[in-house]
Amino acid sequence: MVATAMQTGVAQTTAIEISHMKVYYGEKLAVDDVSLPILKNKITAFIGPSGCGKSTVLRGLNRMNDLIPGARVEGEILYHGRNLYAPNVDPVEVRRRIGMVFQKPNPFPKSIYDNIAYGPRLLGVKSKAMLDEIVEMSLKQAAIWDEVKNDFRTKSGLALSGGQQQRMCIARTIAVEPDVILMDEPCSALDPIATQKIEELMRELVANFTIVIVTHNMQQATRVSDYTAFYSIRKQETEVGKENRWGVLAEYAPTQQLFERPAKQETADYISGRFG
Amino acid sequence: MSATALDQSALRQEDSFIRGLRNRHRFGAIWKRFFQGATIFGLIALILLTFNVLNRVFGYVAIVNRIEPSSLSDRPLEELSAEELGVILIESAGASFNPRIGLANLIPGGLGTQNSNYIANRDNPIGELIPNVPAEYAAIPLGEITSEQATTILSTIATKEDLLDLVKLYVVGEKVGDAWSLTESLFNRAAIDEYAAANPNAKIEFRNWLSLTFLSNRMSDNPLVSGIRIALLGTVWVLVFTILVAFPLGVGTAIYLQEYSTGDTWLERVIETNIRNLAGVPSIIYGLLGLAIFVRTLEPITQGRTVISAALTMSLLILPIIIINAQEALRAVPPSLREASFGLGATKWQTVWRSVLPAALPGILTGTILGMSRAIGETAPLVIIGAATFIATNPDGPLARFTVIPIQIYNWTKDARPGYGEVSAAAIVLLLIVLLTFNAVAIYLRQRFRRALQG
Repeated sequence: MVATAMQTGVAQTTAIEISHMKVYYGEKLAVDDVSLPILKNKITAFIGPSGCGKSTVLRGLNRMNDLIPGARVEGEILYHGRNLYAPNVDPVEVRRRIGMVFQKPNPFPKSIYDNIAYGPRLLGVKSKAMLDEIVEMSLKQAAIWDEVKNDFRTKSGLALSGGQQQRMCIARTIAVEPDVILMDEPCSALDPIATQKIEELMRELVANFTIVIVTHNMQQATRVSDYTAFYSIRKQETEVGKENRWGVLAEYAPTQQLFERPAKQETADYISGRFG
Repeated sequence: MSATALDQSALRQEDSFIRGLRNRHRFGAIWKRFFQGATIFGLIALILLTFNVLNRVFGYVAIVNRIEPSSLSDRPLEELSAEELGVILIESAGASFNPRIGLANLIPGGLGTQNSNYIANRDNPIGELIPNVPAEYAAIPLGEITSEQATTILSTIATKEDLLDLVKLYVVGEKVGDAWSLTESLFNRAAIDEYAAANPNAKIEFRNWLSLTFLSNRMSDNPLVSGIRIALLGTVWVLVFTILVAFPLGVGTAIYLQEYSTGDTWLERVIETNIRNLAGVPSIIYGLLGLAIFVRTLEPITQGRTVISAALTMSLLILPIIIINAQEALRAVPPSLREASFGLGATKWQTVWRSVLPAALPGILTGTILGMSRAIGETAPLVIIGAATFIATNPDGPLARFTVIPIQIYNWTKDARPGYGEVSAAAIVLLLIVLLTFNAVAIYLRQRFRRALQG
């Protein structure tokens, strides 16, 4: 997919190369033949109607789908040249390098400090000075330090507002120093002001991280992302009244290009609100 | 539907609607009364039960002596020297005092029941039973010692307190003539006065049966000095080992079933279903199982009818309760917590240990306490596996013989002599206190963990 990058006129490094990815839940095909690059230090947005498989693809990138019984991934997802689904790859290591922020803020019922230190402690960091430093750095990077610096050691993560919780969850993800951060509709549970803060934060973070975001909100995709992948649904009638539905990647392009000059009619229909 | 049909429809008829509404309200009111009644019935039953037990814990008691202490000495018995008490014991007890049985009463923790200590230890060398027995007698079994030898040993090693106890038991022969409940004591003084008139020697006093001496004394033939100490210690020992076995096994099983097993295989489904069924199996069945396995088959390890056999049996009994409640608690942990942990690169074990278990702990503790409460009150399986009805010494470890409070209560309750109903009432109150204490601790812990989680 270097070709795609070339088309934009700028040489880009690829963080993750998705190649002919197929996801099954049991026997059922959920996503068919997705290929696209995730470019380093860029924000890639996944958009598309409900059920188009964009979250499934996202969760496939750090093997979160492994946790769902019966889920199976085919094809290759290359990260630094290694297939993430190769038999000798440990999903635990994948998830530490490719972090994830979830749709609903999910702080641990612990203090803010312990929330952030959770990841480093998993990796065996015991030194208090080092943990202190990681926690402060992460909170600062997630632009929440000023709001919690007085009581982050004692205050529960659950006592924060929704937007603060989500930024704390981002700080928590940053604390294990991943390469890539996957965000699964991170603002869908937040109000517009909190959403704006997260979007600003994403623009800051992209200098150091590669970000992939799933969003229902097309304005959000245009505001924050550099590249956009539009997923669509394919249907096949199996017998009368029943049909199989699965998702495909319909179009992938730089965000501005995809929204202003979509190459496909279904993309144009979706972004203009005629479908989905 | 035509217009006329609609007008005639029952829903449209004002009067029938009103009538129907009235009926609906009346119906609801009847059910509400029934629910209220059920609650009140339960409340009354609880109050009656509590009253009935407490009523017998306090009240007047008539103490009767076979021989009045004043006829033995002009000073109170407590002030006499060991020598004087020894003389009284030998001279006044007469045939009712057998020195060998008296000696048996010196076995540590020993006073009280007249024969059981002796019978239980007949074949053991006395040197092993009683410390500081003169060396020349140490090897003789208790049952083969002569009366003269026993008297000699008694006079050399019995302390003043031992002798006082023996004098009270064999010479004074203190016993309960009659006992009255709290209501009788308050409202039926005539009966008490009548008894006092008929028995001028009886000493009548108001007594709190649940006293500190009741807690610290051993069981005895005399309800006045009988205590619960050994049964209480037995209950504590059995309970501690039950929890040590059942908590890790139960929580471990729950974690496996809930977090690791997918529940897909035939075997896992059978296990899952059967744990639920086991929670409803009558406890006496567990007793039979415990008898067969822990008491008989594993006797080389458990030494038979011991604390550890009882604890293992009780563990089996409460395991299903702990497992089901722990599973319920684990299931209630939001999946988003697990995702958050996995998303940060935690292994399965790290996720369970650092994230899921702390969140489930309050619920797991609640289930454990439910199991413990069950184990405290359970009697049938322990009767089956043979908890002793009389134990003279404190249980001192997992391999000790033991008895527990419910069995003690059972033994006292079936004794019709005056005073026994009162001590069993005191023991019941103690059992309730122990139970409520455990529950209070559980509630406190649960609230604390919950608060820690919510911050």
